[in-house]
Amino acid sequence: MFRKRGRKPAGILVLVLLLSTILAACGGGSNGGSTAGSGTEENNANNGSQQSEETKVEALSGTIEIDGSSTVHPLTEAIAEEFGAVHPDVRVPIGTGGTGAGFKRFAAGEIAISNASRPIKDSEAEDLKANGVEYLEVLVAYDGLSVVVNKDNDFVDKLSVDELKKIYEPDSTVKTWADVREGWPAEEIKIYSPGTDHGTFDYFTEAINGEAQVSRNDSQITFSADTNAVVQGVAGDKFSVGYFGYSFYEENQDNLKLVPIDNGTATVAPSTETIKDNSYSPLSRPLYIYVSKKELERPEVKTFVTFYLENAGQLAGETGFVSLQDDEYTAELAKLEQ
Amino acid sequence: MEQLNLGDSKGITRRRRSDQALHLLFLACTSVGIIVLMALLVTIIMDGVHRLSPDLFTNYPSRSADRAGMKSPIVGTIYLLLLMTPISFILGVGAAIFLEEYAGRGRWIRLIQLNISTLAGVPSIIYGILGLAIFVRGMGLGRSLLSGVLTMTLLVLPIIIVASQEAIRAVPKNRRDASFALGATKWQTVSRSVLPSAMPGIMTGVILALSRAIGETAPLIMIGALTYVAFLPENLMDSFSVMPIQIFNWISRPSQAFHELAASGIILLLIMLFIMNITAVWIRNKYSKNL
Repeated sequence: MFRKRGRKPAGILVLVLLLSTILAACGGGSNGGSTAGSGTEENNANNGSQQSEETKVEALSGTIEIDGSSTVHPLTEAIAEEFGAVHPDVRVPIGTGGTGAGFKRFAAGEIAISNASRPIKDSEAEDLKANGVEYLEVLVAYDGLSVVVNKDNDFVDKLSVDELKKIYEPDSTVKTWADVREGWPAEEIKIYSPGTDHGTFDYFTEAINGEAQVSRNDSQITFSADTNAVVQGVAGDKFSVGYFGYSFYEENQDNLKLVPIDNGTATVAPSTETIKDNSYSPLSRPLYIYVSKKELERPEVKTFVTFYLENAGQLAGETGFVSLQDDEYTAELAKLEQ
Repeated sequence: MEQLNLGDSKGITRRRRSDQALHLLFLACTSVGIIVLMALLVTIIMDGVHRLSPDLFTNYPSRSADRAGMKSPIVGTIYLLLLMTPISFILGVGAAIFLEEYAGRGRWIRLIQLNISTLAGVPSIIYGILGLAIFVRGMGLGRSLLSGVLTMTLLVLPIIIVASQEAIRAVPKNRRDASFALGATKWQTVSRSVLPSAMPGIMTGVILALSRAIGETAPLIMIGALTYVAFLPENLMDSFSVMPIQIFNWISRPSQAFHELAASGIILLLIMLFIMNITAVWIRNKYSKNL
């Protein structure tokens, strides 16, 4: 087979070299374009601010980079989608790095808005201050952390905050359901939780265990970065328990049983009403976007945040969250004008 | 005499039997992989096939599963591929030529060789961390298409180098000798004799390495490719998304409709991979026949 090699390979080589040169040229070409491109981006931003000084009616353009909580992402995405229909020249790329990672990028000045499924921590606020990033905290919707058990579980009628703490606290001694409350079956309890990089985990541990990020960690608990894995885990095991954002319960109602929470004063199950009027305490949580004050001076960012607050009420419902009261949105809008 | 014959035939039967048993064992080994893969393919296709529609190509991601498409991720993946190909081809094949033809067998070269082979097996997330530190932060390229391209190039380079080296090594020594005997220089020998013979093998290696790259998610999540991008990247510094990231995002949503959408995204990605692998096989067959 080797003897026959002769003329054709040269042809192939020429072809391949030609191809790679062309491709290399393309690469080089776009390389050149990149420097020009980044220039254009800056120009765009400059144009944006100039436009605002001249005429506010002109079409907005520019880029509003957003990152942060994957919980808040569906809502921000819905807003960005609707916003794109009105202002097609404004680009709104959104990442889902997680609340903590979002704040890190926010501090580095890489993004204009940070999605957060919990209020900012003191350490994060200090970090922002050290980097000279002034920010505005904007409340956009509520979520109710829903505690669920398997749909065939017929003994759990409710769980008190203390019982939840017993199950989830560090060095928990709870091995079976009988350890949670006397009279419940002595079956091993399988515990599910969203992963430690979730704002959901932060919020739950803070509300139940008293300190964020503190949780039991042994062979009986399973952490999943993917919330759907928590849903699957609880749906597939009769003696399991888990928690996640309300929207995940709403979508999987047929396979799960919602557990009302006894917070000492009342026993409440999460629903649109109880989350909205804050009676589903302590597991109803606020969702925020954090906006850089410097970025807010750009007209497209301000328009976007205003648009966010004007439409969050309606879109929160569509994306599985609970909207704020109307006057709360008005109050948040007023913050922008300060 | 008779006894001996009997013993012989017994031995043959036994050996035949063990041969058959091993045959079945190896068949079982093969089927485990195939069956699992088939089961996976069937469930994916059943979940996703009814969601395959032109909308998938023409619509941007959306909060509503009925309107959601993966236009920007598809274009992002294609751009990534088009930019990666020349860079990784030139660097990878260049390094392979150096290592095989120019470098000797010294201690340093052997050390480099060992490193490259090890790098080919390093988990992809490590390349993501590297890309984040060097390209995104260090060189200040940001979370751009260019950072993604460079990171993915790093990821596939070792694979391309190793595959190209093997292809070059497979060219018989007498071809080089013949070329040198005619008074050709090293580069003339490499460019006119060795490379043409090795090219089908190199191309196959490159295509297989690239098809690994387009399925990668972890390094791109690390360097911050985004999940909601409702525009097409216009230059190298633009934000971008790729198909596996969009699939990952859809799968992690609560609603079933998005899980189906993710399945149809997987089908698209599989079709792309399939086409690339077919091309690799086609190149190998076509050109090795002619050589």
